Amino acid sequence: MTTLTLSKALNAGLRKALENDPKVLIMGEDVGKLGGVFRVTDGLQKDFGEARVIDTPLAESGIVGTAIGLALRGYRPVCEIQFDGFVYPAADQIISQLAKMRYRSRGHVSLPIVIRIPCGGGIGAVEHHSESPEVIFAHTAGLRVVACADAADAFAMIQQSISSDDPVIFFEPKRRYWDKGEVDTVAGVTSALPFDRAKTVLEGTDVTLLTYGPTVRTGVESALAARQDGRSIEVLDLRSLSPLDEDTICASVRKTGRCVVAHEAPVYAGLGAEIAARVTEQCFYHLEAPVLRVGGFATPYPPSRLEDHYLPDLDRILDAVDRTFGY
Amino acid sequence: MTVESGAATTAAQPAPEMPDQAGEFIQLLTPEGERIDHPDYPLELSAADIRAMYRDLVLVRRIDTEAIALQRQGELGIWASLLGQEAAQIGSARSLEPDDMVFPTYREHGVAWCRGIDPMRLLELYRGVSHGGWDPEEHKFHLYTIVIGSQTLHATGYAMGIQRDGAVGGDPPDPDDPKASERPGEAVIAYFGDGATSQGDVNEAFVFASVFNAPIVFFCQNNQWAISAPLEKQSRVPLYQRARGFGFPGVRVDGNDVLACYAVTKKAMQAAREGQGPTLIEAFTYRMGAHTTTDDPTRYRLASELEMWKLRDPIERVRAYLVRTGLAEPDFFADVDAEANQIGARVREACRTMPDPPPLAIFDHVYAEPTSIIRAEREQYAAYLDSFASEGNEASSR
Repeated sequence: MTTLTLSKALNAGLRKALENDPKVLIMGEDVGKLGGVFRVTDGLQKDFGEARVIDTPLAESGIVGTAIGLALRGYRPVCEIQFDGFVYPAADQIISQLAKMRYRSRGHVSLPIVIRIPCGGGIGAVEHHSESPEVIFAHTAGLRVVACADAADAFAMIQQSISSDDPVIFFEPKRRYWDKGEVDTVAGVTSALPFDRAKTVLEGTDVTLLTYGPTVRTGVESALAARQDGRSIEVLDLRSLSPLDEDTICASVRKTGRCVVAHEAPVYAGLGAEIAARVTEQCFYHLEAPVLRVGGFATPYPPSRLEDHYLPDLDRILDAVDRTFGY
Repeated sequence: MTVESGAATTAAQPAPEMPDQAGEFIQLLTPEGERIDHPDYPLELSAADIRAMYRDLVLVRRIDTEAIALQRQGELGIWASLLGQEAAQIGSARSLEPDDMVFPTYREHGVAWCRGIDPMRLLELYRGVSHGGWDPEEHKFHLYTIVIGSQTLHATGYAMGIQRDGAVGGDPPDPDDPKASERPGEAVIAYFGDGATSQGDVNEAFVFASVFNAPIVFFCQNNQWAISAPLEKQSRVPLYQRARGFGFPGVRVDGNDVLACYAVTKKAMQAAREGQGPTLIEAFTYRMGAHTTTDDPTRYRLASELEMWKLRDPIERVRAYLVRTGLAEPDFFADVDAEANQIGARVREACRTMPDPPPLAIFDHVYAEPTSIIRAEREQYAAYLDSFASEGNEASSR
């Protein structure tokens, strides 16, 4: 076991993928000499060369579009989108091209492309640097959407995503890049939990808290605080946002009878809406209360001096937990 | 399809001016069917080669004509006609090597023909039976791309892959490779239209191809109209001149001259294969028909413009040349027409008898393996369909 920050764990995972498969490429803005604005690709161009770790022109659609062409030629590109709010220029290439190529070709074409997106707020950034656009991609058939929340998962899930024959949108919780965790960098990823499965981070009996990405840590802190009040919260890290691991989700809700979903993205038409509908449909006779949601408001991401109000924090999560006991 | 005489009285757009033939316009065969030489484009084609191109031109026009008729009869949902652009497509596509990769738009029926795609695959797309569905690698012909310009980036990325494979001629990965000098190299050709040159993706493709020196030819069929928008709404400069700003050569060719399109594309592709980077070719042509069968060009362009372009028909000039020079006997033309009739009959019959896919095909090939969500929805819908079958109806999901 090695102690690594989440960003270093990603770096180690990318390095493994580059070592294991000569077809793996990394491409994006400033990913070479600079190592990316978050240093996730630090040192990779030096060790694997400019042909495999490609500093691209500054054009997101160009990055994803040329990655599609490289994948058609047999490569496995890993694209970095510098910030969440910069992914939209690539929307046509991701939603209309990347996601649909297998379907359009009736299975003749695979596009094993990973698109890494640092996501979420909490770092005091200017606008377009703190967004959570995951539901746009979860709503797009043909894409897998995953989010890592800790260093060990970052290391394993980035490699699993690169190995996947489906395109993967890979969300990285940017305010957790510097969080440290224990990572087994020696063990292969085959022994790791599959990347389309949710995991129980903290067991509990009274209420299930479903969350992912940057909010997992907030959820665990909420659960630990709730213990003081005698409430036992089970915290699940969803990890896979599309497809959802319904079996794990529903098993937990059937056990606790209550469910709260927390994410940074706006609650309105967010992933929590889909989860609430599915949990209601499948766990109806186990529920003691409606599924409640905590998350961003139905507003654009606010100026950063207000982001503490916008982001679901410990108090807002516990407020929702309390409300599930009011029915 | 037909522009009624005088119907477009309010369409004020002037007919596109023909470029100066001596300057910015490569032409090897005049509209009257006279061969002219160009010092940069010596042509090495046999009489049989030119006859074969004539056959291609006639047959793809016939397939196109049949498809329009089938749409009118309700057998196709829509059709995008290539009428008038046959020479640009056949000339460029016949210059390609088998290993070259093609990225088409949705109008490249002539290129598809040259790459061995069964015309029925194109018809099934426009009938609504598939989204394409052929194997791009088998034919070295990618799927039709409908979003304007998106495929130019795929083409550029594919060309970057050729570079990484060391498959550019004269640039082998291993200098000690004894076969390096024999390697012919591979290149990519990306098709798009005049409207697409306004798209961000096309401009990004130019940037990427340029800075990475990718082995690619950008083949722009300037057919003068992007649905109803004339060329001057897309550009204030001749399109081929755009290339200079991106740092690679641009050339304009008579897009209705199959020989010139062949020669110019062959030279540009060879340069790309040898590691000399991209070229933009502007094939100056004309969309003789509507944008698609849902369009009505009489609302926005003059009948006289179409009449002018009819005089530059891409097929008639080849026929005139073959007749005048005696490179083809009268029997040859009769044989080609007979073959066109046969293909027309086959296309009509195959289209009318084409079955719909089974309903559960909706769920196929979304992911490498169906996800839990897809599996669940497929099972639910199959059970729903089967519930009708069990009531004695014939509906079946299988």
